[in-house]
Amino acid sequence: MMNKAATETSTDAAPDAVRATGLTVRRGRRTVLDGIDLRVPRGRVTGLLGPSGCGKSTLMRAVVGVQANASGELRVLDLPAGAAPLRRRVAYATQAASVYDDLTVRQNLRYFARVLGAPRGDAERVIDLVGLSQQAGQRVDALSGGQRNRVSLAAALLGEPELIVLDEPTVGLDPVLRAELWELFHRLAGEGATLLVSSHVMDEALRCDRLLLMRAGRIIADTTPSEMLRTTGAGDPEAAFLAIIAAQEGGPALPEPGRAAVPRHARHGDPASDGTAVGTGGEER
Amino acid sequence: MTPARTLSTAARVLRQLTHDPRSVALVLIAPALLVGLFSWLFSDQPGVFDRLGGPILALFPFILMFLITSVTTLRERRSGTLERLMTTPLGKADFIVGYALAFGLAATLQATITVGFAVIVCGLSTTGPVWQLGLVAVLDALLGTALGLLASAFARTEFQAVQFMPVLVFPQILLGGLFMPRDQMPDVLHAISDWLPLSYAIDAVTAVTKGDEDWALWGPLIVIAAVSAIALALAAATLRRRTP
Repeated sequence: MMNKAATETSTDAAPDAVRATGLTVRRGRRTVLDGIDLRVPRGRVTGLLGPSGCGKSTLMRAVVGVQANASGELRVLDLPAGAAPLRRRVAYATQAASVYDDLTVRQNLRYFARVLGAPRGDAERVIDLVGLSQQAGQRVDALSGGQRNRVSLAAALLGEPELIVLDEPTVGLDPVLRAELWELFHRLAGEGATLLVSSHVMDEALRCDRLLLMRAGRIIADTTPSEMLRTTGAGDPEAAFLAIIAAQEGGPALPEPGRAAVPRHARHGDPASDGTAVGTGGEER
Repeated sequence: MTPARTLSTAARVLRQLTHDPRSVALVLIAPALLVGLFSWLFSDQPGVFDRLGGPILALFPFILMFLITSVTTLRERRSGTLERLMTTPLGKADFIVGYALAFGLAATLQATITVGFAVIVCGLSTTGPVWQLGLVAVLDALLGTALGLLASAFARTEFQAVQFMPVLVFPQILLGGLFMPRDQMPDVLHAISDWLPLSYAIDAVTAVTKGDEDWALWGPLIVIAAVSAIALALAAATLRRRTP
């Protein structure tokens, strides 16, 4: 067990795809992201998990460079987030399927492929990847919600980007399809891509290589699935998440907490972990 | 800005338009039907349609293209596709000019049909050549497109975009010289009308119907083209990659 955790963290030495230091995003008077420090290792599937409204989408928007009013340092593939050369190397699928309803699946993907300068035939490749070959000639507004999301996901795979940022890509999918997509994510990571995937379903935590747990605009743990379960002694990710929050707030954890959680801030000696660590985050956009 | 990305954006917008037959019908036929209604209304009063028909030709394509463009681009902002495009190498000018090209083509077809209908079916007579009337109608529709693209930058919802009509468009119609020749207006209103682009659209049409040549026609047309270009540049400049 210790050995496994050690190998899981050993890749931390490799250059990170994303590195944030004191990343803060304000919207009006609200602080949506509150001084976030994080690292997303290359070639891995990193899960960004947390309840709805905790700032996951805002963090992802900051990483892909479309979030205004972001301060602090945020480097993506060794460049400042949003730098022009990254527009070819970083792909993004928003939470709502951001594709054209009144075009067919193929027309959508061909257009995005041309915009990206992806090779001819790339549209067909990504249609196959997400399993929509049967629907390629159908208009997107004739598809189910899950299929529509997969069109949006396919668009994020065009041009073989180095960093793929996916906001809740598995929402509304049946379990079989969900398993297939996670398999696809790991295959892409195996080919060298870095994936940052958000979810508010804690069970999906177990499918990630690394985990960033988020709550109220802060990262409350930077861990791996096995490390999370081990340190909290919880039986499932949901309970582990609760244990981590409880440990952060200084109160007694679950009825039988096993071992104390090791929240990230505590490890780093962050004063914010001494009891009032809940940030002033707000709703997600 | 790259030609390939601009053109593929224009092609994509046109493809979307053709997937919506109702909008195509609205764009191509509605102004002609309105001109027909107008000519029928004044069928018992000789000379009225010849006087007002021209300015009407300047108005309808302008209003319709303004509405269609502002609502369509707003839909793109709200659906998340613009946000996705802003994470790609697509330039802001690629996006705006792509839209302008697509709707400009639609506007050209619309103006051709509307002017053809007005002259052939409704018997609108002009002293100047008919192609000049067509040119003015096309430029007016392009002006509507450019202002619609700009206006959509300042609207958050389709509902707000539609409300730009009474604010931006109606005053231009009132002061444009359709209801009263501009030189008979109170001085202040006349001065204001000098700053409204639609005034020049109506000036240009009046020049064609009267048969005026040279500066009386080309002056206003240059103003319209310049305002359109400025509006497009502003629309591209106000497009933001980063949004709150």
